Amino acid sequence: MDNRRKYVIPGDVITTGPFRPEQNVILEGNKIISTMIGVTEIYDDSVKVISLTGKYIPKINDLVIGKVISHTSLSWELYINSCYVGFLPAQDVFGRDFSAHADELTSKLKAGDLVAARIANFDRTRDPLVTIADRDLGKIESGDLVKISPSKVPRLIGKRGAMIQAIETATGAIITIGQNGWVVVSCENPEGLLKAKKAIQMVNEQAHVANLADQVNEMLESKSES
Amino acid sequence: MGGRESTLVLLDEKGIRCDGRKVDEPRRIMIKAGGLKNADGSAYIEFGDNKILVGVYGPRDVHPKHMSNTDTGILRVRYHMEPFSVSERKNPAPSRREIEISKVIKEALLPAVMLEKFPRTAVDVFIEVLQADGGSRCAALSAASVALADAGIPMRDLVASCAAGKVADTIVLDVNNEEDQAGQADMPVGYMPQLKKITLLQLDGVLSPEEFKKCVETGVKGCEIVYELQKKALTDKYFQNRGDQ
Repeated sequence: MDNRRKYVIPGDVITTGPFRPEQNVILEGNKIISTMIGVTEIYDDSVKVISLTGKYIPKINDLVIGKVISHTSLSWELYINSCYVGFLPAQDVFGRDFSAHADELTSKLKAGDLVAARIANFDRTRDPLVTIADRDLGKIESGDLVKISPSKVPRLIGKRGAMIQAIETATGAIITIGQNGWVVVSCENPEGLLKAKKAIQMVNEQAHVANLADQVNEMLESKSES
Repeated sequence: MGGRESTLVLLDEKGIRCDGRKVDEPRRIMIKAGGLKNADGSAYIEFGDNKILVGVYGPRDVHPKHMSNTDTGILRVRYHMEPFSVSERKNPAPSRREIEISKVIKEALLPAVMLEKFPRTAVDVFIEVLQADGGSRCAALSAASVALADAGIPMRDLVASCAAGKVADTIVLDVNNEEDQAGQADMPVGYMPQLKKITLLQLDGVLSPEEFKKCVETGVKGCEIVYELQKKALTDKYFQNRGDQ
């Protein structure tokens, strides 16, 4: 079978035959049709399309960066750059002995705070449940927020994290990438911070360019000399 | 039958129409994907003298909440003509005609968009007609489908649209404003070219069964021409200066 990557738009027939339709494709008769603008990937028995546009749709186990928008007496609501709001129960932060009258939710997280969280549960019947009970999760105390398109997050991470590692080592910044397209950059050195932010924006704008890694490296190095 | 008396020659002996086109020739069409920064997806179309801008927002929270559906997302379409889009100022309040066209376009897009993937959300399509000529609903529908694809809403197929009609007892493709006013019939067709399914079919005028069949076929042919341009618009935005293909 033709294993080459193909660019498709909605309605394009990718292939015919006994394939399992995966992400962003549908089976119509024996034709496999793309439902998104994107790049096809054909495996031995399945076909999928990596989309190039679209909003963030929560997936279980995704790391996301959210912003607290409000709270009730039992939970917080996080804006996670998606069409659904993240639901963060108070037990998650205060522990098992949380009591609705003894503990004040705003003492831990206030509206406007940024939080690194993981999607604990999500299905089509309810809003995504997020958790911060894990290592590296929780309130983000410092750093700059950079917003990129969620469909370009894989490009920013690169093959096995190559792109993000390159940026981190060149600038000395610590970068937290949320799958929802929000990225937090923190760096002691203001020059490194600026450079890391510029590199992330560059990936966002030029995600389609073939030799992007080289260009980013070039940009990172050229600045460090001056 | 039908049609207003006019001195305009709609179709001369050589088969040339009042604006110089052949019977099976559409007007000049230009489609551009993107353009609005704050919208999730957008498109601009020039279809003859029609100039239409479409913005798509969503999937997003539904307000008012009671409109939301727990089984599926909802699609909301607003077709609106600017006060300056026609020669005499149009009242900007939604007219009876605009409400109808909004509904018709919504129903023509629904078979294509897969809203069941986003329960409890809404996708909003805003269509602004900057300059109107005949056949603006077809142009608006074609642009709306490009804008939806640009917004990354999953779709079974693009919806292309073009009108056909009967002018001076002949079936013609892509009826313009003059032909719409003075012609005998006008039939907007919306069509999903890959799935070969019709999603919009209206008819204003009287046609015999044979003429009706020919008119639908002509309209579908027009849709295929529009489809190629929709494809080009999306390809230009997303795949330009990429390696292969």
